Amino acid sequence: MTDKKTKITAEPEKQELFVSRDFDAPMEIVMRAHTDPKLFVRWFGCRGMTTKTEHFEAKTGGRYKLLQNMGGQEFSSYGVFHEVTHDRIVKTMEFGGYPGHVALETIRFEALPGNKTRLVTQSVFQSVTDRDGVVKSGFEKGAGESHDQLSELLVELKTT
Amino acid sequence: MVVDKLSETFAALSDPTRRRIVDRLCRGPASVNEIAEPFAISQQAISKHLAYLERAQIIEKHQDGRQHFCSLKPHTLREVSDWAETYRQFWEENYERLDRLLSEMKNKKKKGSRRDR
Repeated sequence: MTDKKTKITAEPEKQELFVSRDFDAPMEIVMRAHTDPKLFVRWFGCRGMTTKTEHFEAKTGGRYKLLQNMGGQEFSSYGVFHEVTHDRIVKTMEFGGYPGHVALETIRFEALPGNKTRLVTQSVFQSVTDRDGVVKSGFEKGAGESHDQLSELLVELKTT
Repeated sequence: MVVDKLSETFAALSDPTRRRIVDRLCRGPASVNEIAEPFAISQQAISKHLAYLERAQIIEKHQDGRQHFCSLKPHTLREVSDWAETYRQFWEENYERLDRLLSEMKNKKKKGSRRDR
C-alpha cells in the first residue's frame, strides 16, 4: 500500500465499504472543501466530468442534488445531509440512474499531527448486491489493464 | 451476472480457512495433503472447503498420478480486485484534485494572513 494513497476496505458478504485517505491540510480546510458547493464541484466527480449543483445545503437537514455531464451524457445523484458537524458529515446518496437504492455515507474527519487530516468514508448499502453493483452501475470502468492487486487484496481480506 | 459472480467469490472468501488456503495457493500449486497440513481440522473438512472454492471457480483441481493438486484460477480473483480497483481509482482521482484545491486554499490563507499583518 506504499504508493496507493486511497485505501478501500470491503469485507466479504457485508453491506458496507470504507474509503480512507490522508490529506496534507488542516481539518477545517478539508471540511470546507466538502461543505462549500463552489469548492466541492472543483474536485468531486470522474475525470472529464463537469459537476454542477442544483442544491447543496451542507448543514443538518439540508439536501443536495448533483448534475454531472460527461461527453453530453447526464448523470445525477442526490440525497439529504442527515448531520453536519465540525468533524462528521452523514448523508444519504442515490444515483438517478439507479433509483430506489439508497446508501448512507458517513465521512469522518480526523486531525492528524502536523496539520494533516484523515478522511474515512463509510458507505452502507441496502444489500450486498447494491454494494457490489455500485461500481458497475455508478462508475464507468477505467480504461487500461488493471494492476496486479491480488496479494494486496488478499492482505486486506485477511485483516478483516 | 457479473455481480452475482462477484457475490459468489466474496462468499467463498468470507471464511478464514478458505482465505488461508487461497493465500497458500498464491505461492503456487499444492497437493491436498500439503494444503491440509497446517490446519488442525480433518482432511474431510479441508476437502469441503476446497470443493467450495472449486465451485466458485477460485481454484481448480488436477490429478497427477495418485496425487490431487490444487491451483489458483487467477481470473476469478482478478474480477474482485478489478472491482475494488475501479472504486479505488475513482476516489484517488477525486482526492488528487482535492489535494490541489487544498494546497491552493492553504496558500490563499497564508497570503491573507500576511496582508492582515
